[in-house]
Amino acid sequence: MSVEPAATRLRHQVPLLAWLVLVWMLLWGTWSWANLLSGLAVGLTVLVLLPLPHVVGGVRLRPLPVLLFLGHFVTDLVVSGAEVAWQALRPQGLRRTAIVQVQLRADSDLLLTMVAEATSLVPGSLVLDLDRDQRVMTLHLLPVRDRDDVERKRAHVLVVEERLVLAFGSADDVAALERDRAEVAAP
Amino acid sequence: MTALADVVAFACLLAGAFLCLTAGLGLVRFPDVLSRMHAGTKPQVVGVLLVMVGAAIRLGGWSNAWMLLLVAAFQLLTAPVSAHLISRVAYRRRHVRRDLLLVDEFRGAGHQDDGYRGDEPGDAPPEDPGSHPGG
Repeated sequence: MSVEPAATRLRHQVPLLAWLVLVWMLLWGTWSWANLLSGLAVGLTVLVLLPLPHVVGGVRLRPLPVLLFLGHFVTDLVVSGAEVAWQALRPQGLRRTAIVQVQLRADSDLLLTMVAEATSLVPGSLVLDLDRDQRVMTLHLLPVRDRDDVERKRAHVLVVEERLVLAFGSADDVAALERDRAEVAAP
Repeated sequence: MTALADVVAFACLLAGAFLCLTAGLGLVRFPDVLSRMHAGTKPQVVGVLLVMVGAAIRLGGWSNAWMLLLVAAFQLLTAPVSAHLISRVAYRRRHVRRDLLLVDEFRGAGHQDDGYRGDEPGDAPPEDPGSHPGG
């Protein structure tokens, strides 16, 4: 790996530093200049002592789709929490489970991480494996009724991915998603 | 007004505690590691979030709320990661009840044994390569 110019490296580190300062301020719970300065000092120390690879690829924040995604996410979270809770409580015990593979369309480390995190929490699934090159995610699905149910859950993972890409993806990611959708619809 | 807030906080705390209880029950009642990890993520995360909301209402004050928000955010970020790592290790060490699986698309791809029925001991010897039906 080639050595980057210091300016680029600094630019990539700024969001991380901002996040660390934010966490520091939230931990203290009050706004003050002393907190801001000490947060900056702590953040810089962390960044210097524990250098992280920066996340490649730009990320856009689109406010409306982000809100839409969060809304769906919270509803789905409550629903799947209730579903798993019911499986744990019901007298006849757990339904059958399934392991399926889903072909994802997003092609960025950050987006794939987000999809994996979100699907672990949301549609009754748990990520077993993620093949970065093939973009194939292997999931364990918990309450499964029949094969139709498996397909429904698989489709739901793709819907979650779509919402995430629309909310956070760069223009290229969104374009790629649209292209894939057109390909699926055409034949 | 405060009475109403107290009732809401009370409901959130109770519901959250109940969901955490079901998560614990799931850990005991579910048959294999993968299913247990489901119980350890979803109802538990929702439960913790509800407890946080209840606590934020009851405690009041922004500094408490920010702290609780941080707890909730890290709960959401870390629970899936740890569940993923544990279930991945469990899958590799064959702690999977295959008789309960409706579909297993991970199996044929050379990732896993075909002859083991699941829930073998972790130190079970590697499977005989000849037993793969597809080669």
